[in-house]
Amino acid sequence: MSSGGHAYIVGAYEHPTRHAPDKSGAQLHAEVALGALADAGLSRQDVDGYFCAGDAPGLGPLSMVDYLNLRVRHVDTTETGGSSYLVHVAHAAQAIAAGKCNVALITLAGRPRSEGTSIGTSTPPGSLAQPDRQWEVPFRPTVVNMYALCAQRHMYEFGTTSEQLAWIKVAASHHAQHNPRAMLRDVVTVEDVMRSPLVADPLHRLDCCVISDGGGALLVTRPEIARSLARPRVRLRGAGEAIKGQDGGNIALTTSAAAHSGAAAFAEAGVTPADIRYVSIYDSFTITVLVQLEDLGFCAKGEGGRFVADGNLISGVGRLPFNTDGGGLCNNHPSNRGGMTKVIEAVRQLRAEAHPAVQVPNCHLALAQGTGGNLATRHCSATLILERE
Amino acid sequence: MNAIATPPPGPQPNAETQAFWDAAARGQFLVRRCNACGRAHWYPRVVCPHCFSDRTDWERASGQGTLYAFTVMRRVPVPYAMAYVTLAEGPTMLTNIVNTDLDALYVGQPMRVVFVTADNGLAVPMFTPA
Repeated sequence: MSSGGHAYIVGAYEHPTRHAPDKSGAQLHAEVALGALADAGLSRQDVDGYFCAGDAPGLGPLSMVDYLNLRVRHVDTTETGGSSYLVHVAHAAQAIAAGKCNVALITLAGRPRSEGTSIGTSTPPGSLAQPDRQWEVPFRPTVVNMYALCAQRHMYEFGTTSEQLAWIKVAASHHAQHNPRAMLRDVVTVEDVMRSPLVADPLHRLDCCVISDGGGALLVTRPEIARSLARPRVRLRGAGEAIKGQDGGNIALTTSAAAHSGAAAFAEAGVTPADIRYVSIYDSFTITVLVQLEDLGFCAKGEGGRFVADGNLISGVGRLPFNTDGGGLCNNHPSNRGGMTKVIEAVRQLRAEAHPAVQVPNCHLALAQGTGGNLATRHCSATLILERE
Repeated sequence: MNAIATPPPGPQPNAETQAFWDAAARGQFLVRRCNACGRAHWYPRVVCPHCFSDRTDWERASGQGTLYAFTVMRRVPVPYAMAYVTLAEGPTMLTNIVNTDLDALYVGQPMRVVFVTADNGLAVPMFTPA
């Protein structure tokens, strides 16, 4: 069954907070749900499907459905890290097409900044039963040093440079200067990135995303309901999801699962990368963006360094404007899961509601891309192609 | 020269993997090979991840490999090298590079296994230039 064509994103809300020591995690989930419902012009009683991932406190959907006091007939707690919420949009479209729900609420929220979590440089959490854990934890992997392996190998295979990676951060900062809520609003230069301390070679501090509190929510519904609402309609035209692991030891660090999720989404949507006007690309690190752009087909494998250089990702300057809210590199990374905000900014662009300084003219077709888990071991890629109707 | 400043976090063996860690304690480095497809894999498991046969066995590995990718973690009191090393037997494994100048590593560099004692007393396979 095709997920494209059956569903619309009619509500999108990003929590304004970046630091929430005075709020609970469940409260943030409720506040973003409230915001998305107000955005759509729907009420809580309209919601009959609920989607959440591992950031939702409690057992699967149970505590949050109870806390929000929802009456739902469909739930989905697919957990693929930061890409979960893009997967949820696609699964919501499938559930709606199958008649399992009419209005799907997707929430994300968390407080890693208030809780003092240094996720990038600490040992990843996990259960002892996780089969890969005993083969990795003794070597002290962190998020940043594992992504650094991908960057190092990409440089080895293709001659990619730190300066080219830095351009990704530079572009994000050019966008973030217009976002009053962004954590990092100062425009930076390639030299600024290169002069920031090395965390794990070749990644510098400014190659890494921020740690922030916050959250976001989306509402997905069927065409009849979408047409009854006052907001601009954003249609899910195509979706893909894929998981890439270590393949029994056939390690290939320069390719991600986006090669498969992207191909599936483009095939379903019946469009090509050349048709896309705006992209939200998961930006846990600069290298994450570069690998995904290649795998999605915006440039050939190995050409990513040259593609992102010289401001090519800056709105109004380059050929492919990306992450016009400042992204995870500058704006926020709520709950260490950047997929939700990727969809939200794509919706803003398609509604022509991005900041005027970064709004892409005639933005009718956008792509949102998430990578969850770890690019260097096992991760899930999810791709959405969204269209303004 | 680089040494591991503190013992690495100890692995937690289970029934499927205990033999690997027992051998490591004796200084032997094992890989798991499939008798159906003939391929070695990493990390070791009973059902072959390549052909899905359960006819797999431990074998003594050469301990030789080459460096596939590496990074030096700087934001810690004592920097350490995270790496993927491709074993002579075929598969590539996550590990640390130890007992060498971490600023002189290069992709393709020949490596050999060494065992480092973890905080729970188990021997962990790491690599050093051959």
